[in-house]
Amino acid sequence: MQEIMKKRASELLLDGTVSRVIGWKAGDFVYDITPAVFESAEEIEKDFVYTAFCGANLSKYLVKESKKPGKTLVFLKPCDSYSFAQLVKEHRVNRDSVYAVAVECRGKADVDKIRDCGVKGICGISEENGTLTVDTVYGDKTLPLSEVMLEKCASCKTRKHAVYDELLGEEGEEVADCDRFGKVRELESMTPEERYEFWRGELSRCIRCNACRNVCPACTCEKCVFDNDNSGIAQKAAADSFEENMFHIIRAFHVAGRCTDCGECTRVCPQKIPLHLLNRKFIKDINELYGDYQAGADPDTRPPLTDFRTTDAEPSIVYRRGEK
Amino acid sequence: MQVNNTEFKPKIVAFCCNWCSYAGADLAGTNRLQYPADVKIIRVPCSCRVNPIFILRAFQRGADGVILCGCHPGDCHYTTGNYYARRRMTLLFSMLDYLGIEKERTRVEWVSAAEGAKFAATMNEFVQTVTKLGRNRKLEDLRCRK
Amino acid sequence: MYRIPEQNLDRLFSLTAEKSKLYIPADTAAGTAQFMPWKEGLKLTDAHNTVRSAKDFFFPQTENLVGFRVEGKSIEVIDVREETEDFVVFGVRACDVRSFSILDKVFLADPVDTYYKNRREHGTILSLACNMPEETCFCGTFGIDCAAPGGDVQMWQTDGWFYLEPLTEKGNAYIDTVSSLLEECGGEAAAECRRAIDAVKKKLPLAGLTTEGFGGDKMAELFDSEKWGELAEACLGCGTCTFVCPTCQCYDIRDFNTGHGISRFRCWDSCMYSDFTKMSAGQPRLTQLERFRQRFMHKLVYFPANNDGEFGCVGCGRCLSKCPISMNIVKVMKNLTEGDQ
Repeated sequence: MQEIMKKRASELLLDGTVSRVIGWKAGDFVYDITPAVFESAEEIEKDFVYTAFCGANLSKYLVKESKKPGKTLVFLKPCDSYSFAQLVKEHRVNRDSVYAVAVECRGKADVDKIRDCGVKGICGISEENGTLTVDTVYGDKTLPLSEVMLEKCASCKTRKHAVYDELLGEEGEEVADCDRFGKVRELESMTPEERYEFWRGELSRCIRCNACRNVCPACTCEKCVFDNDNSGIAQKAAADSFEENMFHIIRAFHVAGRCTDCGECTRVCPQKIPLHLLNRKFIKDINELYGDYQAGADPDTRPPLTDFRTTDAEPSIVYRRGEK
Repeated sequence: MQVNNTEFKPKIVAFCCNWCSYAGADLAGTNRLQYPADVKIIRVPCSCRVNPIFILRAFQRGADGVILCGCHPGDCHYTTGNYYARRRMTLLFSMLDYLGIEKERTRVEWVSAAEGAKFAATMNEFVQTVTKLGRNRKLEDLRCRK
Repeated sequence: MYRIPEQNLDRLFSLTAEKSKLYIPADTAAGTAQFMPWKEGLKLTDAHNTVRSAKDFFFPQTENLVGFRVEGKSIEVIDVREETEDFVVFGVRACDVRSFSILDKVFLADPVDTYYKNRREHGTILSLACNMPEETCFCGTFGIDCAAPGGDVQMWQTDGWFYLEPLTEKGNAYIDTVSSLLEECGGEAAAECRRAIDAVKKKLPLAGLTTEGFGGDKMAELFDSEKWGELAEACLGCGTCTFVCPTCQCYDIRDFNTGHGISRFRCWDSCMYSDFTKMSAGQPRLTQLERFRQRFMHKLVYFPANNDGEFGCVGCGRCLSKCPISMNIVKVMKNLTEGDQ
């Protein structure tokens, strides 16, 4: 796959179809791959990679890159393509200046999960037929990819792209047995006390590094309310547990109806806070109350929070829950 | 009812839309209908002016309950504002509940300018509910505690 | 040199905790390692290092500095400082131990930061040698020996024993408080452990990284390097690297209106943020490239320029494993000096 992508990217750069390519650049340890902009076939040849560790969603870089002259090629995994479509829908990215190349994806690996399996001193990792061979300072180890997948891949909803100009590899299918709301349901069935304890435990680890916000393709405000001194709620570090709650509730709310569930927030969290559970709660509520909706799936429908029906449920539905 | 000073008196913030609910509260006043003085009214142009930050800020600054009152669906002065508010608040309250914060502390009621009695009754009932729950601990900022 | 069998570790913890607060690196429910107050049953983590560094003990993420109570037209100033109790931190790695001396250079230089000093004086550091360094470790680059971690007491874990060697007065005082559980011994086992670690160190992938090309005298050439643009390109502008870094020491001081007064607090700040050092005239670094450059220039050039050549990085590798886009100081160093050799 990687070779096909390199070849195609070089071709398109050389024939002038595109002026730059957003892709993934190799690092020092196989797993530490950095998103990068390539401007020549030589750069592509030297550093471009597409491996089991290309979890990063490249679509957000288009906000900046697509404003540059010429076309920008971007490689999109299925989940990334939804983020891209949503950005186009919100007029954050100009569709005409992007050449979207869809690439197949069988799930990406999470190096933290590999470390959680007790693997230390990782020097190299190779993948073959769904098995990872990890070469470490302290000897070799093999692991099945399926067991060390990123959370977003373990609960992948579809391997089919929302939008693209060109497809490399095979188009996947929707994942029929995907149960991405399982954990949300589990939390809903707990008592409020238990839920409170669960979330305090998770959110209290937050260090307010803003990685979740800055990586999120739906968070494209020029000035975030939490960075804006004039908003009255600007905060740099959580000085009180309230501020952790506040930040995550407001952030999840602001992307509600626009979040494509790409899972980047959870992937990048240095403290392993399951932030996707907040977004999925909103998605689940929206699906149940206002009809199934997938952000980024189509260019026309109104997002649920800028839409309404006169027959919508009353807010009191929340406190009547679980009464029966 | 016996009143003593040590009894818990909740602080309630009521966001009222300018066109219906605020007038409704006014009517409750001119009709001399009783509702607890613990309810602090904040007038907003429309119920959809209230964003989730308002609600959370109220809790941060010591509110024990927050209620949003607007025109009845279909009667919005701006035609559709309260429909948007309805969706937003439903999702927000559901999220608060999901985080384990007592859902009874938040409420939306539609109160028209003619419903002074409904306004007073709603507030009485809401204050009672929140009084039973006691002080807001889960969504307070300790720095704001006196 | 003293030693205690591994199975007696809990007894050591409980005896230590009787005398003062004790923190050990342990796993959270999510499997991330962090320093936690010891309580019965809490186990030492298997992780090599904690996600957050040990700087939190002396320089916490947020801290109230002073309060103001407003009543009518009078403003009362409230001193919110409390005398810190003695505390012991167990299992600090060599990199974090070195970070304290870097922080000292900032906070204990005139004017002395009394909040920091207060905590620093009350903390006893029990360091632990790294038997299994990670591939992301490069403390050796900055002359740190993870086989002899330093601190008040340095420890080695080998063959079912913990070996303790006090290095300072505080360290001796600590050994006295727990001497009933310790037995005196020779230094052979610890020396053997050190040799084993030295052998591992040579195998680490970043063992060859040097600070050559960096330092206070390299200001102009590095600042003007054309490579910053490419390096900073993917940077998200989040503060992950800064907040997990044991030596990043920038902070902001803010006022919080509590409704009945003001709470003045300081909190960690990150030079990666768009509102860092923002003043009435705006912020001095307008693009992410400049902010990104600032962080690495500070560690590799400005800090050594002002501190007798000591670098502002300890090679703990946290930014290597935590950066969302895997851009880090090692890539920056390698890239900037590429072609020099």
